[in-house]
Order: sequence, then structure tokens, then C-alpha cells
Amino acid sequence: MKHRTFYVLTIALLFHTLGFSQTEGMVFIKGNRYIPLYGRDSTVVEVKDFEMDIFPVTNSQFLEFVKQYPKWQKSNALKLFTDKSYLSNWENDFELKSSEKPDSPVTYVSWFAAKAYCECQGKRLPTVDEWEYVAMADENTRDARIKPDYNKQILAWYEAPRTNENSIGQLPKNIWGIYDLHGLVWEWTLDFNSVLITGESRKDVDKDSNLFCGSAAVNATDLMNYAAFMRYAIRGSLKAKYSIKNLGFRCVKDINK
Amino acid sequence: MKPLKLNIILVLLALTFSACNSKKNNQETVLYQCPMHCESDKTYTDAGHCPICKMDLQSLEPSTSKTENTHSIPEESIFNLTSDWNTEEGEQIQLRDLKGKTLVMVMIYTSCKAACPRLVADMHNIEAKIPDDKMDQLNFALISIDPETDTPERLKAFAIENYMDEPQWTFLQGTESGVREFANVLAVKYKQISPIDFSHSNIISVFNSQGELIHQQEGLGVDNKETVASILKQLK
Repeated sequence: MKHRTFYVLTIALLFHTLGFSQTEGMVFIKGNRYIPLYGRDSTVVEVKDFEMDIFPVTNSQFLEFVKQYPKWQKSNALKLFTDKSYLSNWENDFELKSSEKPDSPVTYVSWFAAKAYCECQGKRLPTVDEWEYVAMADENTRDARIKPDYNKQILAWYEAPRTNENSIGQLPKNIWGIYDLHGLVWEWTLDFNSVLITGESRKDVDKDSNLFCGSAAVNATDLMNYAAFMRYAIRGSLKAKYSIKNLGFRCVKDINK
Repeated sequence: MKPLKLNIILVLLALTFSACNSKKNNQETVLYQCPMHCESDKTYTDAGHCPICKMDLQSLEPSTSKTENTHSIPEESIFNLTSDWNTEEGEQIQLRDLKGKTLVMVMIYTSCKAACPRLVADMHNIEAKIPDDKMDQLNFALISIDPETDTPERLKAFAIENYMDEPQWTFLQGTESGVREFANVLAVKYKQISPIDFSHSNIISVFNSQGELIHQQEGLGVDNKETVASILKQLK
């Protein structure tokens, strides 16, 4: 009898440790040091281990969220946190327009709404560095940025119209097991407002003309990575209350050790 | 009446705005209270009479105070933010505690060598143009974008060093996410570029007494005529 209890306990413990590391719907991302397009002064940034949502948050998931948290419903959301286009592809608080699919990535959400969604799941938005770290992988390499095909494919996706209306999970997953970082929508990041792309970093960046100016590109570490440059430029032009047609999000989670 | 009202509003606000606690509050127990507040804020769960003045107890309906609360904080007000802040005096506050005065805000960090001294000078220049007898209607707030380094003690030292220790000056230390959120409300961009240095946009923002943004001055050492005019318009 004693023996048996011990046996059961061991099994239980084993399963416990197995189940520990992976949250449902997320995969483990092993951290590392890498050079993003725009880094800190030392250019190399360090990303710690974390978990990331396999898919972007969908319309139907966001619907569940607003049912639970009425303050984020289309008609209730405060103007401080959202602009006029918040959920403008929804018919009302609880229904999508007939043209929209439940398993398309949710878009027309502000940074505040995205942040609240993640926090209410015990998660958070990824930092720019974390997002870019996972997004530089392709199907079989963790850093595919040197492959000409990698950039070409992403740029081809950027050119394709109305990709925000597609369903999630249709394109191949990357080596981490993550889908749709490229190909459907842009995604909010926690510190998107850390992107100061100007020639002179202490100058303000509210003017669009500063975004694409040559001096900004010269500071970038990899002039070939035009796709990444576009992403940083978009981030630099966003404000947190904006809700945009092709801007969605996904969440990440710190690893608690 | 006042402290009670404030308490109710604060509790309701905490319920309404705290990010994740806003699941429907199903248990709406009605509380009763003496209209004369004979026992200050004491509440009863049953209707009846006040044991002191014998008046009928009044019910405190959450719904009525709720409309009052949404009414008192406009939708676009920064007082809707629920983040916690420490002042240079070591007090813990939320932004809505600054309600009632015109607010002039800027984001800085104390170890900053380049832009911040000039932003501080810009704040001083604005302050200098406000008549002394109106100063009590104003709050100048300097918010640190480096909450890890800028402790209340450090902010206090910075205040003394820069002649900003009078009551109209407030320095705030937040949490990393609170600061990020607040910067996003102001559309201020910043990034830590080394352990001691940040790049940041230079914006001075003016809010009315309800916490609504009414003016932003961008850039360093710019003409503050419009900013001052927008502040003076708020003052009685």
C-alpha cells in the first residue's frame, strides 16, 4: 500500500513538471541575444525566455473578452483609450459584421484594449525586441534574416491586400511553432512608443515626414531588412488609442521560475 | 458629506476602472445611512432610524452614485487611469488625486544631462508667467520615465536642487507599465538607450481641472506664449 502511494505520487509529480512549462495555446521561446534593426546603444539586445501565443487573438476570442469585461465593449470603451474606429468592423457590442469571420485576427483595437486583454489573461503584450526576435525565424531557422527569400516573402505579404480578413493558421508556422507573425496583420507591441526614428533622437517624431527620412535608415543595423524597417516605421507613427484595420495583437507570458 | 462622497466615488472608481476587476458586480447589497451623518460614515444593512437623530435612514444606491461618478470624470480624462504613483514627498497617489487644479505635465528623468535641464527651464519659464495669486490653482507635475532610478528621495533632491520644492510642484514616480501607459496617453515616446540614458520626446502637456488634455507644447526652448495663454484661460 505504502509502495503504491509513492508510485502514484511520483507519477503525479512527473506529470506536474511536464505540464508546467507550457500554457495552453502558447509555445516556449528560448531567449537569446541578437541584433535587432534598432537596438540600444550596444546594438545587441537580450531577450529572456518567455511563452508566446501561437496565433494572433481572433475576433471570437475578443468577443469572449468584451462579454466578460463590459468596459471594453464597443459602446462602452472610453475615448481616452480608443478612437472612433474601435471595433468598427463589428455590427454592435456582440456581433461581427456579416462580412467578418470569427477566426480572423481581431483588428481595430487600440493598444489600451490589447494591453487590457492580455493582462486579463495573466499575460502581457510582447516587447518590440521579443516580437522581432520570434519574427526573424522562418520555417526552419531561428534567424532567417540573411536569407533573401525570407525578406522577399514578407514583402510579398505586405503587398497583398485585405489579408486581415483571412483566417488564422493558414500559412506555415515558423520554427518555434508560431503562426501568422507575418502575412495577416501588424501587431501591437508593449513598448511600440519606444520607436524614435529620426536623424536626431532627441527630436520629436510626430511628423510623418520624419518617419521615412533617409537619416533614419542610416542608423539601422541592416539596410537590407526593409520589411523590418517598415514595421519600425509603422510603430513610430502609431498612437496608443488608434484602432486600425490591419493592426491586431497577440500576448506573451513571462516564465515564472 | 464630502469625505463620504469621495469615499463612495473612490470605491466605485476602483471597481469600474481597475483593469481586471471589472467583472460584473452581482452582489448589490443596498446600504443605509443617516442623512445627517450623525455617526459619520457608518452604514446599516437594514432600513430604519438613526439611533442619534432618529431620522429615517437613506439608502445608498450604487446606481445613483455611479452616474455621478461617470459624470464627474469625463471620458477623455487622464483621471481614468488607475496606476499608482509615489510623490517626491513619499505619498502614494493616483492621478485623480490631482483633480481640481489645472495641470502642467512633463516627462523627464533626473540623471538626464541633455534635454531635461532645458525642459525644466521651460517649465520654470511657464511658471514665471503665472500671477502669484493664481498659483494655488495650478499643479506642475514632473513625471519620471526612469522609475527604477528616480525614487521619491531622488526626486525630492532634484526638486530642491532645481528650486522646484514649492507646493505647486509635484514629482511622480510610477511603475514601468504605469509610466508606459501614461506616456501613451500623452503620445510621448521614449526608449532606454543605455542603463542611464533615455531618448524621449519633449512635450509639455496642459490639462484642465477635469484631466482633459487642452494643449501640448512640443520641442525645447520654444515660444511658450500659447501654452501660457491656454493655462491662463483655465484660471479664475
